Amino acid sequence: MNIRHHLDDATLMAYAAGTLVPGMALLVACHLESCADCRDRLAQAEAVGGALLEELPPVALDSDNALASVLGLLDSEPPAAAAPAPLSGARAGGPAMPKVLAQHLDGRDFDALEWRSLAPGVKQIDLHPGGAGATRLLRFAPGVSVPHHSHRGNELTLVLRGSYNDEVGRFCAGDVADLDDQVAHQPLNDANEDCICLIATDAPLRFSGLMGRLVQPFIGM
Amino acid sequence: MREEWTACLARMAETRDRALFARLFEHFAPRVKAYLIRLGMAPAQADELAQEAMLSVWRKAHLFNPGKANASTWIFTLARNLCIDRLRREKMPCYELDADMPDGDDRDAGEGAVISDRLAACIRRLPEAQAQVLYMSYYDGRSHSEIAEVLGIPLGSVKSRLRLAFDKLKAMWGESS
Ligand SMILES: [Zn+2]
Repeated sequence: MNIRHHLDDATLMAYAAGTLVPGMALLVACHLESCADCRDRLAQAEAVGGALLEELPPVALDSDNALASVLGLLDSEPPAAAAPAPLSGARAGGPAMPKVLAQHLDGRDFDALEWRSLAPGVKQIDLHPGGAGATRLLRFAPGVSVPHHSHRGNELTLVLRGSYNDEVGRFCAGDVADLDDQVAHQPLNDANEDCICLIATDAPLRFSGLMGRLVQPFIGM
Repeated sequence: MREEWTACLARMAETRDRALFARLFEHFAPRVKAYLIRLGMAPAQADELAQEAMLSVWRKAHLFNPGKANASTWIFTLARNLCIDRLRREKMPCYELDADMPDGDDRDAGEGAVISDRLAACIRRLPEAQAQVLYMSYYDGRSHSEIAEVLGIPLGSVKSRLRLAFDKLKAMWGESS
């Protein structure tokens, strides 16, 4: 995968610090699966966390027996983790589907999902990973553009299939658009297959123009 | 100093030696507890979760790769993930547990440890405005939007301060490789 658009350093730092809303963290984890560049920068951002951990004045544990009681647990079996959705090997959910997303979708392929139509050529699925903001899969047909919008907070878009063009550039599968409240854009699918994106925000979007105002109530963002 | 902990953790992963675990526990459990309290957790809960974090250090030690992270960084990520699970009752969407993919720049453990000591020194030298947003993010667990609100500055300024701080830390990283 030839990735040209990456996560912002500030976003990787927020992921490292654990402060991203769940939907954005999900999207970041998806991009990290296929991007060594961002994995390297995340390792650095996590090293900042490690260094800061060492800087804190230690706080003694309440009980003098804490170590003994943990030592007593070392042989016990860990509680069975909630079993992740069974995934049939590397192709589970299709080649374009990051594993962590496939788990979230219980291993279903994009075409097996129940898409909700928003406007001609535009469909979406609301994911509900919890927390503030909105997380959705958006699917738009060739020649279709998403209404012009800006954001109050941050918006992350990860292209999963197909490609689009907007004011920022051309985005292909694996690319991520990491935009803050200063950027307004209108992605256009100028290729000849559907474009499927994962989009996560930490605040509602602001649509501009008539089309935007018409669509807003339907998208419910 | 830090190099020692990384070697200790790597050796414990290999030998399953409880004495090494005890040493790691004595050093890291009080620091993890301090970190969790800084994040806003009640002391009693932080105490319990620090013990749980150390238990996962033992259970997940086979996943520790000293070429990718030093001991404090790895334990930081374990504590962070546990904290998110606990506070928000959500799993941290996490790619790392099955991340066997090659990294751009694997380093050996010694090198990582040297970087870590220099990293701490470098953080201490950051300009106040940059250190402040770094601490609010990592220690207070605040999102960038929350930091913007608390400081009364635009979101973009929070992010640019963080980027500036990170650039300095990365420059130091580059020098030492
Ligand atoms: Zn990337």
